[in-house]
Amino acid sequence: MHSLGARTQSSTRTRTPGEIVAAATPTSQAGRRIVDRAFLGVCIAFTALAVLLLVVLVVSIWQDGHARLSWQFLSSFASRKTEEAGVRAPLWGSIWVCVICAVAALPIGVGTAIYLEEFSKRSRFRSFIQLNIANLAGVPSIVYGILGLTAFARAFGTANSESPITFGQPESFFYLQLPFGHGVLAGGLTLMLVVLPIVIVSSQEALRTVPGSLRTASLALGATQWQTTWNITLPASIPMIMTGGILAMSRAIGEAAPILVLGVPLFIRSTPTNLMSDFTVLPLQIYNWSMRQQSGFHELAAAGIIVLLAVLLTLNALAVIIRHRLQRANG
Amino acid sequence: MSNVAEISTATSRAAAANNRGTARSRAARIGTERVIRGSLLACALLSIATTFTILAILLVQSASFFAMPQVSAWEFFTGTTWAPLLGEEKHFGIWPLIAGTLLVTSIAAAFALPVGLVVAIYLSEYAPSRVRSILKPILEVLAGIPTVVYGFFALAVITPFLHDHVSESFGTFNALGAGLAVGIMILPIVASLSEDSLRAVPRSLRDAAFAMGGTRFDVSTKVVVPAALSGIVASWLLAITRAIGETMIVALAAGGLASMTLNPADEVQTMTAYMVQIFTGDAPAYGIEYKSSFAVATILFVITLSLTVVGNLFLRAFREEYE
Repeated sequence: MHSLGARTQSSTRTRTPGEIVAAATPTSQAGRRIVDRAFLGVCIAFTALAVLLLVVLVVSIWQDGHARLSWQFLSSFASRKTEEAGVRAPLWGSIWVCVICAVAALPIGVGTAIYLEEFSKRSRFRSFIQLNIANLAGVPSIVYGILGLTAFARAFGTANSESPITFGQPESFFYLQLPFGHGVLAGGLTLMLVVLPIVIVSSQEALRTVPGSLRTASLALGATQWQTTWNITLPASIPMIMTGGILAMSRAIGEAAPILVLGVPLFIRSTPTNLMSDFTVLPLQIYNWSMRQQSGFHELAAAGIIVLLAVLLTLNALAVIIRHRLQRANG
Repeated sequence: MSNVAEISTATSRAAAANNRGTARSRAARIGTERVIRGSLLACALLSIATTFTILAILLVQSASFFAMPQVSAWEFFTGTTWAPLLGEEKHFGIWPLIAGTLLVTSIAAAFALPVGLVVAIYLSEYAPSRVRSILKPILEVLAGIPTVVYGFFALAVITPFLHDHVSESFGTFNALGAGLAVGIMILPIVASLSEDSLRAVPRSLRDAAFAMGGTRFDVSTKVVVPAALSGIVASWLLAITRAIGETMIVALAAGGLASMTLNPADEVQTMTAYMVQIFTGDAPAYGIEYKSSFAVATILFVITLSLTVVGNLFLRAFREEYE
């Protein structure tokens, strides 16, 4: 009767930790020690499993692919003969797409973050945008591919893709066609949509770390909101913004699904020369090689993965260096 | 002390900026301010435009799919045969694709949710700080690996292992291999987000429980985990959303046969894998198979969006605030 009373009571008010420990552990002190030890064992086993998985992953890919790594692998185009094939086209494609993605996503993402953190009042409109960004972060990347295909590659079907409207000469890198088709520009902009929520959220977090007293000091001297943001808040938060931006770019480099939906050609023997050039990216080339059953392609896929992981590692190292440099420069 | 120094540099910078600014009139400054404010607002509105454009595209294309004479909405939502490409008579019943997605997601969740939570508890409650400083970067590395790499891993390592050591019935493509790879992919999400919410539980709660004679296990499972439950459930929902939307792993390792099966050794097709099949194939751009992929994308979008919304609501409604 008494315990029943205690239980109904506990559901109506928050229990204190002491009550919980006392109520739920009838076993002896020694028994509880054994449970504790056993749980620690489970913890270590599971954590070791996670580490082991990473080790197996890296080792198995290295074993499959390291024999194929050579200068020739980096400088050759894809080929039906596995011994001649290389990643030149997808490597350059990834670089082009990533640069376009960065140029588009960083200003827009940081701009959105500045608007939300520095310029907007706490209003319904603001929380609507915030909720919207949280939801966009959960949208599968393949759905962004559909958006990119319809909006960028086909311009919603408004322009005729057989006879596109052109601007400039094909020799210049900024040669443009409408609709974009499945060129590097469409690829980069599609990836921009994928990573935009990440850039916005990490930039917001960066801006929030800047103490309010700095803003107040600047505003008190008569600086406008934008002068305060540009001269005070942004310089103070730029290392964190850059780190978040680079992490977002490494996400973009690893994405294959949105690019795949754009309908890029599977077999490419050229590097991009302008914004409309056909391209493929490293993850997509790895996917294509992995799907082939014939011998030799499996090793090519593994070697491609090593190159991809090396690119990602370089980007992450860059993020660390930039953070250190800028932090020191800002004192 | 350093704060004072910061403020003084800030004020001097602001003063310098204002000196530059005084040459211009006040009206010009207000004008610039308006233009900048407008362009920042435009950036923010782009994210809303993105959502509505996705919705519009999916709805318009799905509507034109359902308007086709060969398609019935009733069959689509209740049918258990998905045969859009083969045979004389095409069937568009979504359930085999949903079943395939759920099978792969359940396998991934069964692996990653408990393991991820235990790793999080270990990192937050048990691990010495030196061990933690090694393990956190390892989790970050795992989280940064592109999904196509996990797909290759499933095809090259997990499935051969299952075939050789578990059962001969595992073929080249199977749900278990793909599901485990998806599980490895979402493991760091569960572990690091759960760990964040475990660490946010104030120390005083732990101290009180220790003072009552609780062991570390008692404190972790009866005080810290319940206090962080909203964050843990949110991390689970986020991980499940990722698993449902994951594309490259299932396209590589799960196969391309849409079937209603619960056998993890079978080949299954998920919603995302079907979309990959259509967009990489030679399906004509305005044909019925092509349009069906938009209807599938709509279902996928609705499922993932609802999970995200539920996760956010959960985080807000059940957050326990400690000050």
